[in-house]
Amino acid sequence: MNNVLHIAWLIPVLPLIGFLITGLGRNILSKALSGFIACATIFCAFALSIYVFMQVKNGNIHTAHYFDLINISSLKVGFDFKLDQLSSLFLLIITGVGFLIHVYSTSYMHDEEAKNFSKYFSFLNLFVFSMLLLVMGANYVIMFIGWEGVGLCSYLLIGYWFKNNNYTKAANKAFIMNRIGDLGFLLAVFWMINKLGTVNYDEVFSAANIAKLSATDITGITALLFVGATGKSAQIPLYTWLPDAMAGPTPVSALIHAATMVTAGIYMIARTNILYTMAPTVQHVIAVIGLATAILAATIAIKQNDIKKVLAYSTVSQLGYMFLGLGVGAYTGAVFHVMTHAFFKALLFLGAGSVIHAMSGEQDMRNMGGLKKYMSITNITFLIGCIAIAGMPPFSGFFSKDEILGAAFAQHPVLWIVGVLGAMMTAFYMFRLYAMTFLGKFRGTQEQEHHLHESPAAITFPLIVLAILAIIGGWIGIPEIFVHGGHRLEAFLQPVFAQSNAIAVKHEMSHSKEFLLMGVSVALSLAALIFGLKKYSAYKKEDDAPATGFAKVLENKWYVDELYEKIVVQPVRALSTFLNNIFEKKGIDGLVNGTGRFVNYGSRQLRWLQSGRVGAYVLLMVIGMLVLFIMQLFIKN
Amino acid sequence: MDIKAYIALSLTLFSIGIIGVLVRRNAIIVFMCVELMLNAVNLLLVAFSNMHQASVAAKASPTFASDAQIFVFFIMIVAAAEVSVGLAIIVMLYRNTHSIDVIFLNRLKN
Repeated sequence: MNNVLHIAWLIPVLPLIGFLITGLGRNILSKALSGFIACATIFCAFALSIYVFMQVKNGNIHTAHYFDLINISSLKVGFDFKLDQLSSLFLLIITGVGFLIHVYSTSYMHDEEAKNFSKYFSFLNLFVFSMLLLVMGANYVIMFIGWEGVGLCSYLLIGYWFKNNNYTKAANKAFIMNRIGDLGFLLAVFWMINKLGTVNYDEVFSAANIAKLSATDITGITALLFVGATGKSAQIPLYTWLPDAMAGPTPVSALIHAATMVTAGIYMIARTNILYTMAPTVQHVIAVIGLATAILAATIAIKQNDIKKVLAYSTVSQLGYMFLGLGVGAYTGAVFHVMTHAFFKALLFLGAGSVIHAMSGEQDMRNMGGLKKYMSITNITFLIGCIAIAGMPPFSGFFSKDEILGAAFAQHPVLWIVGVLGAMMTAFYMFRLYAMTFLGKFRGTQEQEHHLHESPAAITFPLIVLAILAIIGGWIGIPEIFVHGGHRLEAFLQPVFAQSNAIAVKHEMSHSKEFLLMGVSVALSLAALIFGLKKYSAYKKEDDAPATGFAKVLENKWYVDELYEKIVVQPVRALSTFLNNIFEKKGIDGLVNGTGRFVNYGSRQLRWLQSGRVGAYVLLMVIGMLVLFIMQLFIKN
Repeated sequence: MDIKAYIALSLTLFSIGIIGVLVRRNAIIVFMCVELMLNAVNLLLVAFSNMHQASVAAKASPTFASDAQIFVFFIMIVAAAEVSVGLAIIVMLYRNTHSIDVIFLNRLKN
């Protein structure tokens, strides 16, 4: 054990302590104190993460064994942490963005009662703890513990305002849809245990163990893990919970449903990259599903009017891009996009939160407009976020998105074309959002206009930090064609993906072709961006005719929720009703009650035998004896 | 004499006894019928004993065959004792209920 391992366990334990203090002391702690405790624990974890990251960067990769979680003859699962390039990078993202969002929350949630305020922070700390467990675990079981933990916290925080029935329903929806995915994850882990008898990453990915797996095993395990990822990372067909998850407080949306938790699926697949590289069929499925999700969500986002809903769908869409990256084997690109997306999407959500805060809870963009002159910091940072997500160089989104698209082109040009189409839509709806919110004239009520103000420093500080990161975050992954050796992230993550890179088919692209692709995608996105800006900067509520035709389909989110309602919820309900009315009431209850009733009835009939008349008893005795005699006669012969 | 005749007679007596117990209501008659059944069985016992006297086992052990015939006397003595007890019960019943009809004797209390 060296120095790093002595302190690494503190990284998740600190938020856990914060959770316990703020959770248990919620009735006595003042708002300032619980906010401070929560932020301080995360900040310490962040500082430790930087230290760990530096150690890892210097080549100190460790697997720490703390104690045995399961120890039976055939299976040994330790409570192990793995500190390598991938997990240390995620540690930085989670604790860094997490800290900023904690700071932001102290101001955003200030109107809550002290008790609920502490509760909120305890949930937030618990979430960070689970998320750290998820990425630090050195085996799938620890990952699964974190995986479930973040699901729970997501549920708790979506339903934070639980007195609103719709919010509670949204929380339930998120939890249930996640459970569907979790089942896939769990089955994959069982499969692994069955075939290999181990769940440790190092052992599972060792050449000897991989050789033990047949092609079916690998395809099955990876497909099931991917099912888990579709649940957690909101991909088709399990994505519908994420937009509804916007019921939670805005910082929660930023932390859980944009920056960290939803990227757990990408982390898991990146971690398992060697198995995925060996299962090309599953990879193709991932690429197609990722791209389909990206496009579907982007089309929906175009017609949404709720500021958070637009961002939610754009998150789904961006997650789709990450899966596209994973599917085409650009693991570094996917992880890179996770990172840049964490910056700019957290920024956008927090900016939206700042806007909602200023608008006294109004989320409908049709009632906004012209906020530019009231909220200058929010305006500028939000604009930076929009440019970053639209993929304009040299903002961070450009580098990561372009890396994924480039890899997609190498796989198949159609993937690239559809991907660029999605990027265009992204640019369009983001600038529609920006224009409707910040440009034009204010469309809200007089009272709201009077109330408009720039948010306090606790809100603007995270915005500024994230805006800077959204600009420069991409510079650690500058493609080879611009700067030689510019892709430092790839070099850093290289050991994690070394096994995959060794067997993956290499697609070399000429520099001129790469330039061309980049140029085309940027030009198209820029065109869409300007179009969106032009079209909506002079938006008036009166111009908005009720949507018809295709626009109506988009406005109603392709009727996917209604479709699920028809093909899943209603049949299940019908089946449950049937089982309740027929099987339960008539069958099971009938059987149970029938037993009682039969005994009751039978005894009432038998009671007539117990008449008390001696003669009757004797008669029965004689009959019984006769029967015995006759039986004996027959048996003998 | 053929053993079958004894069996037939014994069966007849036993059946008469059973039918008597079943159909008559007078406790004394019922009691007599019970005695009839008992003696039907006694008769059978003696008859079988006599039959076995000729068997090989009986020749080896002279007391073997006569055991049952003596045993019957014991049964009769025990039956006589039982009759006296039974009759005493019937007398007591009559004193309490003024009836010896078994149909009315369907309660253990009162």
